[in-house]
Amino acid sequence: MDFCGIFTDVRGSAVNIYIALAGLIITVVIAVIIKNQWVGRVTLYELIKGLWVTQSTALSPKATIQFPEENLPVSPRFRGLLALRRYPNGEERCIGCKLCEATCPALAITIETAPRDDGSRRTTRFDIDMFKCINCGLCEQSCPVDSIVLTPEQHYTVNDRGLNILTKDKLLKIGEITEDRLAKDRANIHKGDG
Amino acid sequence: MQQLIYWLIHIACILGIVLVMVLYLILAERKIMGYMQARIGPNRVGPLGLLQTVADGIKFLHKEMIYPERADLFLFILAPMISLICAFVVWSVVPFADGWVLADVDAGALLVLALTSLGSYGLLLGGWASNSQYAFFGAIRSMAQVISYEIAMGFSLVPVLMLSGSMNLSTIVVAQSGNLLTWNFLPLFPVFIVYLIASVAETNRAPFDITEGESEIVAGYQVEYSGFIFAMFFIAEYANMIFVSTLASLFFLGGWLSPFQGIPMLDTLFSWVPSIFWLLVKVILFLYLFIWVRATFPRYRYDKLMMIGWKICIPVSLIWIFVVSLLMLGGVL
Repeated sequence: MDFCGIFTDVRGSAVNIYIALAGLIITVVIAVIIKNQWVGRVTLYELIKGLWVTQSTALSPKATIQFPEENLPVSPRFRGLLALRRYPNGEERCIGCKLCEATCPALAITIETAPRDDGSRRTTRFDIDMFKCINCGLCEQSCPVDSIVLTPEQHYTVNDRGLNILTKDKLLKIGEITEDRLAKDRANIHKGDG
Repeated sequence: MQQLIYWLIHIACILGIVLVMVLYLILAERKIMGYMQARIGPNRVGPLGLLQTVADGIKFLHKEMIYPERADLFLFILAPMISLICAFVVWSVVPFADGWVLADVDAGALLVLALTSLGSYGLLLGGWASNSQYAFFGAIRSMAQVISYEIAMGFSLVPVLMLSGSMNLSTIVVAQSGNLLTWNFLPLFPVFIVYLIASVAETNRAPFDITEGESEIVAGYQVEYSGFIFAMFFIAEYANMIFVSTLASLFFLGGWLSPFQGIPMLDTLFSWVPSIFWLLVKVILFLYLFIWVRATFPRYRYDKLMMIGWKICIPVSLIWIFVVSLLMLGGVL
């Protein structure tokens, strides 16, 4: 049966391309006959469109932040770990007015006060229970001397029971560590671009 | 005796290569999927995360194996072994290059089809022996799917066997030699696509992974498995994936044949490249496609999956058998 003898023994030549094209056309025709909406599916056009979406995503920049080395930018108004500030001359700001204790909705702050040797009123105890604290920032708003503040520091943890109570020493220490950032942030916020 | 040692070394080489490929296929899948989801993927264990899968394997070894109280313990442990053994035995008939084959079986294609079907017994038994509803549903779905797509896969291979006139895998590859255009994928393009779809379904991979279907039946047949016996299923799945890709390149992409064969200048330029390299390139191409497809398409609904299998894949491959036989009668192919 040599009904197309001109093609005899042409396996290996470009005739295969015509065969493949004919195959595609026949597939499409079959698809049209079965059901019109299948054309996109059977010619795999829609699938290839979908494949291109993922491939172009794979070639585009990644959104991953490699956490311990990289951090997301933190707003200067972020309400994180609490701290007590000092004046630039080293004097602690807190005057023991207890406004923060009064305003704290979670009752996380405990303050005891006594007069110091020079007659000024100072706190003898300033404890914040970090388990109770809800980082609402009302203490910072109520403070008349900008003493208690919320730092942008968010990566803190406690390993032992009891360490959740931040004492006055610790709060002042946190304030010393973050003072540069705090001062800068507050200056910017004051200017209105923070 | 010498022959035996030669066989053992050959087997060890094949197993070693396959296991290393499985190791890095898992990592590659996680990496590529990550990239396609605009993430980076695992990159902490070892340089560039290259030891991630090793660490996972060690974790699997250390984990406690939990056996369900009402499970059929014998079948429960046997099931992953069947999967794993079948996934490895099929490699015995695969020719990696001209003459590089452990068992040069004349009915190699039949053996391959039989063993891949046997491998799904692992899933069936695993789901059944677990004595758990989810696992049972997974096993039922797996069986229905494998039976449906086995037909499509078998039919899609028939034109290949017709063209090469042999069931020996080496002969099938050699019959395609000539140049890039004489590879089977061009004259058998629709069948090639059907084979790809069927092979994705055969290995229970997304978008045909209704067997696992974690949103409906948790993890399907493997829900009760833990520790290393779960890892056996895992390794079997990935070894199967590599095997199906290898088969696709043998049947349709000319196996170890160089893509530059028959092109005057390039042929001599690339003649120093070992032919196993070309096979590896083609296999990696298919594996990338597998991962790419998994990252792209959502899981098919059960009835849609059956519809694709019975109403599209099987008719297309059946029609193409007739077309190919007509073309062969006419002397075109």
